[in-house]
Amino acid sequence: MTTAAEIAARAEREDIRKRWLLSTPALVIIFLAGIGPLLVVVLYSFLTPGPYGDVKWEFSTDAWIGVFLQRDMFDDTLGIADAHLSIFLRSVRLSFATTILTLIFGFPTAYFIATRPERTQALWLFVITIPFWTNLLIRTFAVQEVIRNEGILNNALIWLGITSTPIQILYTDWAIGIGMVYVYLPLMVLPLYASMEKLDFRLVEAGYDLYATRFQVLRRIIIPLVKPGIIAGSILVFIPSLGAYVTPRVLGGGRQMMLGNLIELQFGAGRNWPLGAALALTLTVIVTVALLFYVRYAAQSEQRHG
Amino acid sequence: MKHRLTIAAITAALLATTGLARAEGELNLFNWGNYTAPEMIKKFEETYKVKVTVTDYDSNDTALGKIRQGGHGYDIVVPSASYVPIWISEGLLLESNPNQMENFKNVDPRWVDVPFDPGRKYTVPWQWGTTGVSVDTSVYKGDINTSAIFLDPPPELAGKINVVPEMADVMHLAIRYVGGEPCTGDLEVLKKVRDKLVEAKTKWISMNYGNIEAMAKGDYAATVNWNGSSMRMRKEKAAIHYGYPKEGYPIWMDNAAILKDAKNVENAKLFLNFIMDPENAALISGFAKYGNGIMGSEKFMDPEMTSAPEIVAPPEFADKGAFMLTCAPEVQALYTKIWTEIQK
Amino acid sequence: MARSNFAIKRQPGFATIAIFCFALLYLPIATLVVFAFNAGRSVAIWEGFSLRWFQQAWNNDLVLEASIRSVQIASTAAIIATVAATMAAIATTRTKPYRGLTAKYAFINQPLMIPEIVTAVALLIVFSRIKVATGYSGLGYLIAAHTAFCIPFAYLPIRARLESMDLTLETAAADLYATPWKAFTRITLPLLWPGIIAGLMLAFVISLDDVVITEFVKSGGQDTLPTYMLGQLRRVVTPEMNAISTVFLLISILIVTLFFFISRRRT
Repeated sequence: MTTAAEIAARAEREDIRKRWLLSTPALVIIFLAGIGPLLVVVLYSFLTPGPYGDVKWEFSTDAWIGVFLQRDMFDDTLGIADAHLSIFLRSVRLSFATTILTLIFGFPTAYFIATRPERTQALWLFVITIPFWTNLLIRTFAVQEVIRNEGILNNALIWLGITSTPIQILYTDWAIGIGMVYVYLPLMVLPLYASMEKLDFRLVEAGYDLYATRFQVLRRIIIPLVKPGIIAGSILVFIPSLGAYVTPRVLGGGRQMMLGNLIELQFGAGRNWPLGAALALTLTVIVTVALLFYVRYAAQSEQRHG
Repeated sequence: MKHRLTIAAITAALLATTGLARAEGELNLFNWGNYTAPEMIKKFEETYKVKVTVTDYDSNDTALGKIRQGGHGYDIVVPSASYVPIWISEGLLLESNPNQMENFKNVDPRWVDVPFDPGRKYTVPWQWGTTGVSVDTSVYKGDINTSAIFLDPPPELAGKINVVPEMADVMHLAIRYVGGEPCTGDLEVLKKVRDKLVEAKTKWISMNYGNIEAMAKGDYAATVNWNGSSMRMRKEKAAIHYGYPKEGYPIWMDNAAILKDAKNVENAKLFLNFIMDPENAALISGFAKYGNGIMGSEKFMDPEMTSAPEIVAPPEFADKGAFMLTCAPEVQALYTKIWTEIQK
Repeated sequence: MARSNFAIKRQPGFATIAIFCFALLYLPIATLVVFAFNAGRSVAIWEGFSLRWFQQAWNNDLVLEASIRSVQIASTAAIIATVAATMAAIATTRTKPYRGLTAKYAFINQPLMIPEIVTAVALLIVFSRIKVATGYSGLGYLIAAHTAFCIPFAYLPIRARLESMDLTLETAAADLYATPWKAFTRITLPLLWPGIIAGLMLAFVISLDDVVITEFVKSGGQDTLPTYMLGQLRRVVTPEMNAISTVFLLISILIVTLFFFISRRRT
């Protein structure tokens, strides 16, 4: 005799099997061209740097120690690798600011697109992505053109009488901010749109029936409903911006390193592949842990709100 | 049996056609981006009936890393002087003896017995240049032939200086500014270098490439720069002059060489000989805007270029230049530390 | 449905911010297009009108081939990535937590977490061995690499869409004895469509822009537009790139307009 519980259990097993089958292609591709090679990186982080790049096949933990500690080259004292730490913190700050800014600009934009008539939505989506079919460098140079002292922005400000002399925007943190938002905006808008389209406006209506203000409706109804989009968008903006260096260099002037530069330096002129590998793995571990916490926290708070 | 004959016939026919395609020949060139004159390539293709494929790289380290891993399929690569000894010692280059080639007589004797390839057994000059400073002389009227432009900046320039993010060039300039030898591992000297760079950096506005427009538009008043790039700046704004730091400045040279595992060695040799022809070398210079080290090529070049102060160093500074060398690995590690330190 | 005078969809300031965003997005693009017609060599100093850069780009085989190759790789990689990501998203949402679910989620997003240069070096090491062993050095390597890093970019929007969808319609279909396939094609897929489009677009854009991984994985004669462009960064940037970008823009606008009109006629 099979009990109802057994049937249910079997159905569940069957469901899980199907789910594994469905995710196989993605997992295989990522394993072959993503995770598999990463194992090589793990191996490399425990080897000795070759004299001119690459590695020597001798075991060493120097690279891992070098991520956190460094020996002062002049007085030979051992201290915390403060250069690595400050570069790491700078990159995190930049990513954080970029995520907040793209959310501030991207949320209304996605909302605007999602509330257009269905026919024209695809068109608006193209309007927002077409600028991104042009090469990143070209785009960044174009932004530079707009914000430089003799650029359109400053000319407009002078013409409007807001300022009499050009404001130095290029090579400041403002320029990085503008540039990063410009580059990463679609990464926020598209996932937001995906979860906003077909937003159940009956709930919104119900909110208004209960005399909620527009802001209350936004905060209590719309935002919780599109939370998956906010999470996806934040991940897609935050993590890639950690490695960004074209925008900080071209617009911000690049006087200070970003994580991307630091790691690239080790694989390039720095000729210390193991250190590069160890730095990258450290970053990967921190980001993965943070991501899992973020997703779990977000899922929990969703349940709490019901 | 009949089938087998047909198959054999088809195979033979296929082999014949591919054989023909081979006879036409191929050449795979791996070179810096935006550095290979298309006209020169076309001319080579037409002369020798060889199909040339050009692929770009963006840094010496990328090129070295890729070739070292194997499976690349390239025939010719164009490494910088400071990397040539590494390529040779790692056994990546073919000893093709360009010094025996017909056009070798055109190579300027100055570039024959070079420290990185004495007597030119492996490499042929492609382009060479210097790293110095470009200064907007409408902003600063003083002496520009010094690294003080960016290391001890005069007040007129402070806050308007750019430095290219090239560790090797900047370290070379800074070490020689404080009186050291290139590639030195002397900690006394390096401490001075670090302190100087840390102090000077507060007066820089950026560390960036692509600065022709920025100079011309006045975002920068001075920049560490390559000579060819400086010449282009002068064309956009006449007041921008190139300074040869009298404390010492680096000379760089990119050199074409055949790879040891090249598949089209004969074509590659034809190519090396081809680019030592003055007329062809002039085509490369006309495109990349640097000197080529081939005597007689001036005749075929834009006179504006052969007389440009950026290309022809004034005699009093000509001997202040020194080749960029391959620094010892432990020295390189120190430089990386300083470089990270100043940008932390 | 009767329309109320009270626009429930409206949020104050949102439309303004959106329009502002669109304007900002296109301002740099406009300057880029303007300088494509520059007679001078500069991308910032105007020296009069000319079509020389279009002509130069047209005669530059390297650039033309690189452009076509970029689009080829991006479209192939984006489509494969989106299909794989859609399947994976369906498999990892709207379910009770099962063993390996979190791991799967982390796994799929892993390409995002690894700095590009590191994936690039790792792929160089692995793919070179394969190239030597098999003798094959075609576009397959680039497409595989691009597909892998495009998957999370396609996966996250699709997943977000799935999570915001409700299950009632699908349950209803199942109750009406629709086969799972029918229920999927008739109900889930149409509902999921905006997520898929968003994912596909993101994947395409990300692949089109990739420099570092391409630079390390490409074989001879496989330059894409970004790697070609990278070489210009250190030397000199000419309006040639602007000209190419302008042509790209024109073509994409043309396609979109065409697409729009065709879909409108049908409805």
